Amino acid sequence: MWGLDFSVLDWNEIGVASLDTLKMLVASAVFTFILGLPLGVLLYQCSRSSSGWVRAVYNILSVIVNILRSVPFIILIVALIPFTVSIVGVSYGVLGTIPPLVIGAAPFFARLVETSLREVDRGVLEAAQSMGASTWQIILKVLLPEARPGLLAGLTITVVTLVSYTAMSGMVGGGGLGDLAIRYGYYRYQKEVMIISVLAMIVLVQLLQMAGDRLVRHFTRK
Amino acid sequence: MIELKQVTKKYGKGAKTTEALSGLDLTVHKGEIFGVIGHSGAGKSTLIRCMNLLERPTSGEVWVDGVDLTKLGKQQLQTQRRKIGMIFQHFNLLSSATVYDNIAFPLRLAHVDKTAVAAKVDELLQLVGLEAHRDKYPAQLSGGQKQRVGIARALASDPQVLLCDEATSALDPQTTDSILKLLLDINRKLHLTIVLITHEMHVIQSICDRVAVIHQGGIVEEGTVTDVFLKPKHPVTREFIQGQAGESAQLALQAPHDGSSRICKLTFLGEKTYDSILSRTARETGVDFAILQGTISKIKDIPYGQLIVRLEGDAETIEKTIQRVTAEGLDVEVMN
Ligand SMILES: Nc1ncnc2c1ncn2[C@@H]1O[C@H](COP(=O)(O)OP(=O)(O)OP(=O)(O)O)[C@@H](O)[C@H]1O
Ligand SMILES: [Mg+2]
Repeated sequence: MWGLDFSVLDWNEIGVASLDTLKMLVASAVFTFILGLPLGVLLYQCSRSSSGWVRAVYNILSVIVNILRSVPFIILIVALIPFTVSIVGVSYGVLGTIPPLVIGAAPFFARLVETSLREVDRGVLEAAQSMGASTWQIILKVLLPEARPGLLAGLTITVVTLVSYTAMSGMVGGGGLGDLAIRYGYYRYQKEVMIISVLAMIVLVQLLQMAGDRLVRHFTRK
Repeated sequence: MIELKQVTKKYGKGAKTTEALSGLDLTVHKGEIFGVIGHSGAGKSTLIRCMNLLERPTSGEVWVDGVDLTKLGKQQLQTQRRKIGMIFQHFNLLSSATVYDNIAFPLRLAHVDKTAVAAKVDELLQLVGLEAHRDKYPAQLSGGQKQRVGIARALASDPQVLLCDEATSALDPQTTDSILKLLLDINRKLHLTIVLITHEMHVIQSICDRVAVIHQGGIVEEGTVTDVFLKPKHPVTREFIQGQAGESAQLALQAPHDGSSRICKLTFLGEKTYDSILSRTARETGVDFAILQGTISKIKDIPYGQLIVRLEGDAETIEKTIQRVTAEGLDVEVMN
């Protein structure tokens, strides 16, 4: 069919690559969440403050976040090699890819968190304030629960973005499906491997998006 | 219970400053329902939001239950705010929480233990008549039901004071009445001091004991609802009351009359509303009268009647009639 011969595929290798992609994805998603959520809350809180120097902190944070978001991911990986080595000991393979993935995705997720917190009705925050809620209580018991659908939608977008980041990290020996597609499909002209790898990623993205949408719908009360 | 002293609130800086409140003084007594009425932009919301420091006055003092809130630190203010409940025009419920969890919210903020929370919430659900809706989310409720949740939530921490910011303005007339009745019930049952702001005279008339009229950031008239309502002094107050009485009173005042006849507004208050004072007096003095317009209504639960009549006869008879009915306890205002 179309001059393709799928019998040459090494399914074992494809299986290992898929597993690697999943590992990278899960680990980087967890750390992105752990880092990005507080960062997003911090951005939100600083942006609402009336004090001059807190707003200055916001502007600085905001610039850093924008810089990290505007550096192409492939360059970020290379630029972060010393940092990556100092944290996980290697700059390649599954382990070596996780730090740049997290550094690349956390600022992105933080912005999405900030945006969804801003959507929370000001009146509800005021009501909580009038009941004597402290700042922490407002964050934990009002802002985050009220913004939950938005946060889940943001997380879904972030994880889907991470799928394409893991593929890019294949360019520089990151392992996983992207790596496979580049090595066989591009350098050795084995179109079959590339097609299968890309298909696997498409399916993965579809599944993630569906799961995310489901969760968002489950938690939407409006 | 609440005392505002020389409260000024300015918004904005420099040339763009708007002064929403200008050196305002106000006292609300314990256990009363105090109404504040004013036009849009008069400073009503700013005023009520100063009472729990959601809005910090630019200068002045805010005393609630013997404490000057403007002098408190952040944590002390949070503790004091638990004694001051508040309900809002747009309800401001947590959309992600059930009716039960919304009402439990202030208790959980105060770290009340679980069994006590459950007991309190059940009691409040019963008070506001929402037992059947405890597990619904706000989006599944009507406006009136949402406001009931708002009221229950505001009462959860056993406050001394309830502040109502246009609590009925988003509701239809029937629902408004049921919410007002609930507020009155609560005021009587729990001896709660209630401050409510509104732009509807009807709300003041239904449940308030005293009223203040706010205009351009200052109080222009203040007193018991009967006094202010039946004998308004300031033009803004008159406007609100005329708006209430409607066109027919205006028409009555335009009725034809000759030199000796007099158009008078007679006000009957309380028991006198149902008394036949006018016809009795007319029989004695021999005056004739034409009824031009009449209303009978209630201020809170005091009945009152207002009658616009044209008294006909010679000057002396009319004078005597006016003296007689005044002596009988009616209030007479000669309109021409
Ligand atoms: N956050 C704010 N920033 C700047 N100006 C404000 C702010 N809030 C209120 N104002 C101004 O203060 C004045 C009083 O506003 P306020 O909201 O107290 O009026 P109100 O009597 O509650 O009106 P309404 O009946 O429309 O609610 C208005 O001129 C308004 O424009
Ligand atoms: Mg207002």
